Amino acid sequence: VNPLQLTSASRVTIVAGKGGVGKTTVTAALARAAADAGQRVLAVELDGKPALAEVVPDVTVRTISAPASLDEYLRTHGFARIAKRLSTTGVIDVVSTAAPGIDDIVVLGKIKQLERSGEWDVIVVDGPAAGHAITFLTSASGMLDAVRGGPLRTQASDVVELLRDPQRAQVVLVTIPETTPVNEAIETAYALEDRVGVHLGPIVVNGVDPGIDVDLPDPATVKVPRGAVGAALRAAARYRIQRRVMQRAEIARLADDLAVAQVRLPMLATARLTADDIARLAAHLGGGA
Amino acid sequence: VTARRPTLDRALAEALIVVCVGSGGVGKTTTAAVIGLEAARRGRRVVVVTIDPAKRLADALGLTDGLSSVPARIALGDTTGELWATMLDTNAAFDAIVRRYAASEQQAERILANRFYRNIAGALSGTQEYMAAETLYDLHDDDRFDLVVVDTPPSRHALDFLEAPGVLVRFLDHRVFKLLMLPARSGLKVMNVAAQPILKAIGRVVGSDVLADAVAFFQSFAGMEGGFRDRAREVMTLLTSEQTRFVLVASPRHDTITEAVWFAQELTARRHEVNAAIVNRTQPRFGAITVDEALAGAASAAVAGHPDLAALWTNIAELRELADREDEVLAPLVEQLDGAPLVAVPLLGSDVHDLGGLAEIGRHLFSE
Repeated sequence: VNPLQLTSASRVTIVAGKGGVGKTTVTAALARAAADAGQRVLAVELDGKPALAEVVPDVTVRTISAPASLDEYLRTHGFARIAKRLSTTGVIDVVSTAAPGIDDIVVLGKIKQLERSGEWDVIVVDGPAAGHAITFLTSASGMLDAVRGGPLRTQASDVVELLRDPQRAQVVLVTIPETTPVNEAIETAYALEDRVGVHLGPIVVNGVDPGIDVDLPDPATVKVPRGAVGAALRAAARYRIQRRVMQRAEIARLADDLAVAQVRLPMLATARLTADDIARLAAHLGGGA
Repeated sequence: VTARRPTLDRALAEALIVVCVGSGGVGKTTTAAVIGLEAARRGRRVVVVTIDPAKRLADALGLTDGLSSVPARIALGDTTGELWATMLDTNAAFDAIVRRYAASEQQAERILANRFYRNIAGALSGTQEYMAAETLYDLHDDDRFDLVVVDTPPSRHALDFLEAPGVLVRFLDHRVFKLLMLPARSGLKVMNVAAQPILKAIGRVVGSDVLADAVAFFQSFAGMEGGFRDRAREVMTLLTSEQTRFVLVASPRHDTITEAVWFAQELTARRHEVNAAIVNRTQPRFGAITVDEALAGAASAAVAGHPDLAALWTNIAELRELADREDEVLAPLVEQLDGAPLVAVPLLGSDVHDLGGLAEIGRHLFSE
């Protein structure tokens, strides 16, 4: 898989996956790969934990938060006078309550606006966790059902249009090669296609044992030193073999159940990902898996 | 040389409630089940509450129909204690509260049928957290159980449930709420209330039909605030009691450890003690061989013409390298814990499929 296909297939790439599978890492690697290919890249973070700027220092990173987007939305839609009062009195909470999903819609609306600005070739969004990804992306179609008219409905229908156009938007799911994360990725993939109608890009399998395709010698047949050292060598080999067998099986199962291209990223022995690590992963995307 | 390894034994002694806190994907639900299972083995009557349907856990517990909002007893064989499992059903819990505090059945039905209510029961920020606290209180009160183990919502808002009862009380005191309640008190009609400037503005954003539902909802709520308020206070008292224990759950990744440290600081700021931390899926260590020793072993095996032995040495060097990097990742959490035990559960060769798998994890969490 060519990394440019990953991002340039659609202008907006929303990266989604269960917590802990490396969503932010993949967002950064995609942004890095696209920037290295000379594209104008915007990386978007949704919640308040700035993590991207540090690992892709030369890529423009923007944080889009729900309260700020709602405020901006109100200001630019003829509610300038009440916008401040609404947020200071906490009425915004009541508004969000009265119209569930409004937070998500204004955020997606902001992304749509950036996409429409023509300033960026590629927008990579570090999306919400897998479970919330479905609620996040169905918020707009839900709003169309619930609200009959008004500015919010217009916003929602613009967002639905964006999500359903494979030229403009896609979701890249991230998982790791283990039973539960693979199950969740498969479920999320089907839910996204059925309920959101969004284009599913390649799936990224992160944390793959770098030696997954190599067989370790059967530890029982190797002549090892006597005592604790030999026992440790054998136990470690048995463990690694077992992990590789499991990873291979899960990768194969994912390929069987989900007819989309797979991209594998190796597990890195590092305490904290640096810009160099991200560059390595981006290059790995480029090298083809 | 193995020092006595840290365990959860002390953190759980005499606990009445155990709250598992951590970010998503770190194995919090499984950890809650393991703690429950072990406590049952030690004779306690335990109920484990999960926040989501946790299908895999239900399978592991042998619950073929999955978890439900009614506690189900798990077959444990010959154990003096009992293990029960249930899941939080935000909507059902909210419905139950409405029924409890409504003055009449008609009032309850009116609220339950309201479209705005159907939305807020699931969507109001803090509802899930508040209902988690409510459900916790109910189960704690239930004579069938003497220990409640609860998992928290997988988000940065996980601790909101500690404050949720207070937030609800503040919401009831909010002037918008009072404004919305006005008609019930003064006999105004829904439409007149909706004509208030601020509500009119809201109506223009969200649509007037949505607003009308909201006003109708708050009207039917009249008279129920008192009950809500008292209950919220009781729940808060329970959560701050000595016998409510907090266990942090994390995985050995930089981001989840950062979250765990943040959770620990937040808990301390709210005057809750962090009693232990569990780090799931750590890299196992094999023997006391360092990376350099293993690389030297690989080099000399290769020189001696034993490529297979060299491969085993290289393997141990790679695994040890991963384990060493992990120690660096865990360091900030160890420091934050200030002496409370940090229990590491090594990555298993395969996933947890049954009670035996849960018990295997339990052997890492507790002493024999």
